[in-house]
Amino acid sequence: MKPFRFERPENAEGAVATLTASGAEHARYLGGGTNLVDLMRLGVETPDLLVDVARLGHDAVRETDGGGLRVGAAVRNSDLARDPLLRTRYPMVSQALLSGASPQLRNLATIGGNLLQRTRCAYFTDTSLDCNKRDPGSGCGALDGEHRNHAILGHSAACIATHPSDLAVALTAVGAEVLVEGAAGERHIPMPGLHRLPGDAPERDTVLDPGDLIVAIQLPPLEAARRSSYRKVRDRASFSFAVVSVAAALQCDEDGTIRDVRIALGGVAHAPWRAERAEEELRGGPATAERFAAAAAAELDQARPLEQNAFKVPLARNLIVTVLADLAGVAA
Amino acid sequence: MALHHREAAPVTQVEIDLTINGENHQLVVDTRISLLDLLRERLGLTGAKKGCDHGQCGACTVLLDGRRANACLALAVAHDGSEVTTIEGLATGDQLHPLQEAFIEHDAFQCGYCTPGQICSAAGFIDELDEAVDGPLSDDLIRERMSGNICRCGAYPNIVSAIREVASARSGAAERVGGAA
Ligand SMILES: Cc1cc2nc3c(=O)[nH]c(=O)nc-3n(C[C@H](O)[C@H](O)[C@H](O)COP(=O)(O)OP(=O)(O)OC[C@H]3O[C@@H](n4cnc5c(N)ncnc54)[C@H](O)[C@@H]3O)c2cc1C
Ligand code: SF4
Ligand code: FES
Ligand code: FES
Repeated sequence: MKPFRFERPENAEGAVATLTASGAEHARYLGGGTNLVDLMRLGVETPDLLVDVARLGHDAVRETDGGGLRVGAAVRNSDLARDPLLRTRYPMVSQALLSGASPQLRNLATIGGNLLQRTRCAYFTDTSLDCNKRDPGSGCGALDGEHRNHAILGHSAACIATHPSDLAVALTAVGAEVLVEGAAGERHIPMPGLHRLPGDAPERDTVLDPGDLIVAIQLPPLEAARRSSYRKVRDRASFSFAVVSVAAALQCDEDGTIRDVRIALGGVAHAPWRAERAEEELRGGPATAERFAAAAAAELDQARPLEQNAFKVPLARNLIVTVLADLAGVAA
Repeated sequence: MALHHREAAPVTQVEIDLTINGENHQLVVDTRISLLDLLRERLGLTGAKKGCDHGQCGACTVLLDGRRANACLALAVAHDGSEVTTIEGLATGDQLHPLQEAFIEHDAFQCGYCTPGQICSAAGFIDELDEAVDGPLSDDLIRERMSGNICRCGAYPNIVSAIREVASARSGAAERVGGAA
């Protein structure tokens, strides 16, 4: 591992100033380090400066006006998962967190770091292989290689990787906002909207600029989210990344008409995928298994599976139907 | 000039303060060193094991400020001021920790390589248990919450029964979960 300097500023402004004014060629913020340190050990990340942002005081979960939540970026994944308000108001977010990594990793991992973790594409993490994301212009090793667990939606010829965060999928369904402090001051980025599709710039995972610091995540009040869940299909029962996952929330009127529905997919794209087509099909009509199936089909009609991952299309479709049927209390 | 040289060179050695198994240590460390390497290579505490060095196996699990954490991905500098408990610090004098006793009694290991991590992780698990969040104690819950600790020898059934014994004694729920060893 390359030698690096370590700085621990007092507050967010100090962190941004330290990172942007460092003159360091390659400076990084450090949360829990569970992704960054791993990538440094693999030689994928080679920072010469780490700025610790785990102790800036961004470690509280606060109630906001109207029944939302503001979550500090340095809150540990395990602490947010157990927060009583989060569990009542946004159960899918708690479930997504608890489905990610292992308990001892969740005790280290921060919310900001979780959202900005890099892809688990095996070509990205192996510096001896070609990868446009790690080394722009070198080619995409996965395209002609192993891509069973790569994208079926929104990918490009430059990159077919998926985003690995479970939390990001649930926050995309909620429509959370990311509060960012940058060289030019503070701004709010809506989700979806933080993570990008690869296009011809797969080296950019998100819309953030160098030096941008995530300060907090804001979850808006959302009645539908009280009845929500996160389901994750993986290759083993626990401690494994998603093959496909679904976060969904459903709110019906007394006569069974869908008033609000939120659906987001994980494991299928370079960004958490908000299933807007399916949501649109469903809103205002009855909550029946047939309509769930039609909506899921409409969403997955856009899929462009690769040679080895066509199985993800029916998997995602069926998972959407199963989760919505469970939420509605009807047979799938 | 030597002085000028020193100022220009990046500072990659940092002084930190750690309390390890109740003992205070002031150490000058390279910023790159993981908590795991610090414990094993500098302090001779070789109980925590290096299985993968990538967060995937749990053999390096220690209690960091009372909570289980993977020492391999924790940079020592980032945990300046923390309290660390390793397997060496779990016993009280000659009195083994209840989990250590239970692992012996239930024969919960073969080669023993994963055992320090399993036991530290189980101590964290039992401490975290909250019926309101986790539901009642069950073997499924133990398996789920211990999934960050891999056992290459496959001693899982006995690991689960050892943890079940200690966890149910703690929550006074031995009858409810059934105690077949
Ligand atoms: C074995 C293993 C299994 C895993 N399984 C899963 C899984 O199933 N699901 C899942 O979702 N995740 C999984 N993870 C990933 C884990 O959730 C992430 O590593 C973790 O959430 C990252 O958080 P961190 O605080 O440790 O981030 P760090 O490693 O500290 O940082 C990650 C990135 O974010 C940047 N960063 C950190 N904080 C900020 C901030 N406030 N503002 C701006 N930039 C910031 C860093 O510079 C770095 O680029 C797994 C990890 C491992 C090692
Ligand atoms: S899919 Fe993306 S991350 Fe994987 S090798 Fe191709 S360019 Fe790299
Ligand atoms: S050595 Fe730390 S998890 Fe394997
Ligand atoms: S006892 Fe050998 S690895 Fe677990």
